[in-house]
Amino acid sequence: MSTADQAIRFDTVSKSFGDGRVLDRVSFDVARGSACCIMGRSGTGKSVTLKLLLGLLKPDEGRIYVNDVEIETLNSAGLVEVRKTMGFLFQYSALFDSLSVAENVAFPLRRHTRMSEAEIADSVRERLAEVGLEGELDKMPLDLSGGMRKRVGLARALALKPSILLVDEPSSGLDPITTREIDKLLMDLKASSKTTMVVVTHNVPSARRIGDQLLVLHKGHILAQGTAEELDQSKDEIVQQFMTLATDEPANASPTRSASAIGRSHKKEVEYGVQG
Amino acid sequence: MANSQHASPGLTKTFLSEAGLISAFAMRAIRVAFQPPFELREVVHQIYMAGWRSLPLVMTSGVAIGVVLSMHTRATMERFGAEALIPAALAIAMISETGPLMTGLLVSGRVGAGIGAELGGMKVTEQIDALESLAVDSFHHLAVTRIIACMIALPILTTIMNFSGLIGGFLAETAISNVSLRLYFHQAFAGIGFVDYALPTLKTVVFGFIIGTVSSYLGYTTTGGSEGIGRASTRSVVFSSMLLIVINVLLVRIIFLLFPAGAL
Ligand SMILES: Nc1ncnc2c1ncn2[C@@H]1O[C@H](COP(=O)(O)OP(=O)(O)OP(=O)(O)O)[C@@H](O)[C@H]1O
Ligand SMILES: [Mg+2]
Repeated sequence: MSTADQAIRFDTVSKSFGDGRVLDRVSFDVARGSACCIMGRSGTGKSVTLKLLLGLLKPDEGRIYVNDVEIETLNSAGLVEVRKTMGFLFQYSALFDSLSVAENVAFPLRRHTRMSEAEIADSVRERLAEVGLEGELDKMPLDLSGGMRKRVGLARALALKPSILLVDEPSSGLDPITTREIDKLLMDLKASSKTTMVVVTHNVPSARRIGDQLLVLHKGHILAQGTAEELDQSKDEIVQQFMTLATDEPANASPTRSASAIGRSHKKEVEYGVQG
Repeated sequence: MANSQHASPGLTKTFLSEAGLISAFAMRAIRVAFQPPFELREVVHQIYMAGWRSLPLVMTSGVAIGVVLSMHTRATMERFGAEALIPAALAIAMISETGPLMTGLLVSGRVGAGIGAELGGMKVTEQIDALESLAVDSFHHLAVTRIIACMIALPILTTIMNFSGLIGGFLAETAISNVSLRLYFHQAFAGIGFVDYALPTLKTVVFGFIIGTVSSYLGYTTTGGSEGIGRASTRSVVFSSMLLIVINVLLVRIIFLLFPAGAL
């Protein structure tokens, strides 16, 4: 395989829930070692896109390839192998609430490596230090703030040193300084380990920093796709609003605020928008 | 779990379709149980949660039931002047039916509700998806391990229940006639063979399977927040105890058919 090939390919993928068509024949590629930032209004299917990539949801139509393997054709053992090479940060962290912070990060290491307990402890400390949480090893997830949970989730997603990293809103609930640190961590990973990334974010400055490619999802379609400079040139009103309006928001803007700044808000935000 | 996304929580599913889904879930559990990795660590942990932690409940209930049954037995036996048979009659009653069924119902209350709520909570907070994202077969890791743990824990708990029942019976008896512990147990086990003990006790493996499967299924398919978790928990107890009582009739029938003499 050449280095210029695609780590991720979305080929005319559609996904509906009940009557609502969330994705309508969406196609995009992410080149190996590059970062793709997905933006879009609340409820446009960004989280759904990431879950499709991991096989947590099945597409109604179309094909999804990860490292040239169509994931829908895999049996559960095959899926396990592919997922070992992927890391996923959930939008609401999804930490195991019966396990401590350290145990959450150690979980994938215990499962999938032959590392000794001492090596695991070292690795866990290292991962947590990267996200600025070296002091919280023994806390339980429910005793953490939303932003801290998010960072533990990232440390857990990074535990197996995945070659593909899917991140759902890494900076929601984080202050501007921590946001920059997380951005830097992601950029370092891309530079040092050639990690392929798909990052869902509402934070345009972050997207400009991290993304080789930016992608705006709107009403089930990809409205715009390209580098930040290319999107800046876009004539489309919504794309322009995205690139400009969101920039004026504080760096830790919640999805609700950046979305409602553009116009009508989505029903679901009322429930979710509050959480970090 | 991916395919459960389509279930609409508001629809009242017919009992039959639900039963069909639970059967499919059970079949899948049996198939997956034989596939590696075998999750032994998790099975042991779940045996601790379902079995060890149920001990206080099972033991106190066992003693209390033994006392009550013994009083009833004495009332009956006295009429025929057959007081010497009291321990044996109690042992037969405990071992053949009361012990297994009571243990099944107690565990479906305690463990079934727990599994329903725990898995339901994990489902709605995306922890099940998180397991999958970490390349773990969540169905094996969560459901199959709990089902196996229930199947192992129940016969052991039943044995302990039976034993506690006899202790209760002994306590009740010593209060009236000062029979020695050794004589009491000697009389109790006099008429009971291994088969008499083994069949009803092994029956509870099926109870364990029912409790584990039904409550894992309901937890796994939970939708809709805290209310959904509560519903999963309640329905786990209701469904598994109902099913257990009905299946028990069948099992007793089968035991009688296969071992006319063995089924006491
Ligand atoms: N499991 C599910 N069952 C039913 N509908 C779902 C499910 N998951 C997502 N949806 C629907 O799909 C649509 C897209 O959801 P998604 O979570 O992907 O939005 P999003 O773009 O991530 O929004 P946000 O920025 O608020 O996180 C929403 O209308 C949502 O209601
Ligand atoms: Mg989302």
